[in-house]
Amino acid sequence: MKVLGIETSCDETGVAVYDTARGLLADALHSQIALHADYGGVVPELASRDHVRKLLPLVRRVLDEAGVERQALDGIAYTAGPGLVGALLVGASLGRSLACALDVPAIGVHHMEGHLLAPMLETPAPCLPFVALLVSGGHTLLVAVHAIGDYRILGDTLDDAAGEAFDKTAKLLGLDYPGGPAVARLAESGDPARFRFPRPMTDRPGLDFSFSGLKTFTLTTAREAGDDPQTRADIARAFQDAVVDTLYIKCRRALQQTGLRTLVVAGGVGANRALRARLAELERAQGASVFYPRPEFCTDNGAMIAYAGALRLRAGQGEGLAVEVRPRWSLEALSVVA
Amino acid sequence: MKILALETATDACSAALWLDGEVEETLRLAPREHAALLLPMVQSLLAGAGLTLGRLDALAFGRGPGSFTGLRIAAGMAQGLAFGAGLPVVPVSTLAALAQGTAREQGVDRVLAALDARMQEVYWGAYRLQGAHVVAAAQEIVCPPTAVPPPPGAGEWAGAGSGWLAWGEALRAATGASRVFADQRPQARDVASLAATGLAAGEAVAPEQVRPVYLRDQVAIKPGAGA
Repeated sequence: MKVLGIETSCDETGVAVYDTARGLLADALHSQIALHADYGGVVPELASRDHVRKLLPLVRRVLDEAGVERQALDGIAYTAGPGLVGALLVGASLGRSLACALDVPAIGVHHMEGHLLAPMLETPAPCLPFVALLVSGGHTLLVAVHAIGDYRILGDTLDDAAGEAFDKTAKLLGLDYPGGPAVARLAESGDPARFRFPRPMTDRPGLDFSFSGLKTFTLTTAREAGDDPQTRADIARAFQDAVVDTLYIKCRRALQQTGLRTLVVAGGVGANRALRARLAELERAQGASVFYPRPEFCTDNGAMIAYAGALRLRAGQGEGLAVEVRPRWSLEALSVVA
Repeated sequence: MKILALETATDACSAALWLDGEVEETLRLAPREHAALLLPMVQSLLAGAGLTLGRLDALAFGRGPGSFTGLRIAAGMAQGLAFGAGLPVVPVSTLAALAQGTAREQGVDRVLAALDARMQEVYWGAYRLQGAHVVAAAQEIVCPPTAVPPPPGAGEWAGAGSGWLAWGEALRAATGASRVFADQRPQARDVASLAATGLAAGEAVAPEQVRPVYLRDQVAIKPGAGA
């Protein structure tokens, strides 16, 4: 079954073709980072306008690269939420109407389900059940995955997402938007012993997160210690260590609480090298297995939507002709794929 | 010539089939429900005519100006249907469709089309009937209602569209229009009839060249750029 996947929930236009028999055939991404950089964040209206310009050319390119005629598609999957309503509508309108014209089924996919299944596109793929850490600019979630569609949220952030904390810290340190990766680079030359930031909410039971306090801590530290280049690197290091350590502690705790031995990490912060190095300790010390998507599938992409959609379409699920998007949509509200 | 037309730039959501001059249309006043309504409308129109998309000559859509989200729904659906069925797309001005519908229903031949653009502005266009179809007599603009240009030529000009509902007094003062049809809405049947002319005139584009025309292009202010 060949499924076209379309992702337009925020500031990346992603398209891919996944074949349930042959795997991923092609994928392409257009990033809008440069478009929004001058505004210091994603401007929803500009994001929607850019999706309209980029989506169909990207669909054509991916079909060409996959060597698949549009008439050979067996289904179409598009991100139906959560995300920016206007941006979601671009992908959903085009995806649903294309399926209508081709007379094939269509499915609206939950963006976070796409992320948490993305590691299953790799070899070796993780086996169910597992704990998933979804960590990006919009989310910090720990999820118990017992079956496709059977998701129980173990922990969530009470305020900022981890990636958001990276971006805000970058701003405080005078780095350009989006600054998460820049903070990580700066941290490499930082002295780990100079500052120690708190590990929020690790001193009490539970799997929830809170990262907004770290931002204040960064600000106070920067004010007191000055802003010479080495101090900024030292602050970046202390900040990153605190986030990485916090994520590590909660992941270890989630595995212990659920009795599961497989951890899947997805989302943009999942590409962070310090985080990957620290989580490797779970493999050594706890005998757990940790799985990641390839770096380009940590961030938003069409491949994860094509894959998640293919699983659901193959199980006979699908949408009616009414196009619906769900800007807010709980992972726990999804139906289980038998 | 067979054309399927979509128009979702305002609260009115409509689809129409143009079959060699005969028109079938479905229209609903349903703010914020256009995405849910449009494809079922399309399917029932095609089924009613015993047609499939592949038997059509083109898709047409109201390309704006109007509600940003509405324009993208019509554009996205037109792209998806046209790409899937291997058809070209004819973009039609939503203001022209509004003027065409006003000429058709009210028997007027000079129309000042205005849609409420929010933010104290209107989308504005002037159209003259030539034969069976309206043609633009001035460039489409977005501007405050007090700043609309005078009618582009002599004769009696009629006002039409939601802009006249919101800003009737200012627009009458600026234009001297006496007859006003503020309840007129852009409709897919008029998009279709204008598209039939446009298709014959070579105005069709490939689906990936489809673009909404927003007119309002300043939608965000860069930090530090001043007010």
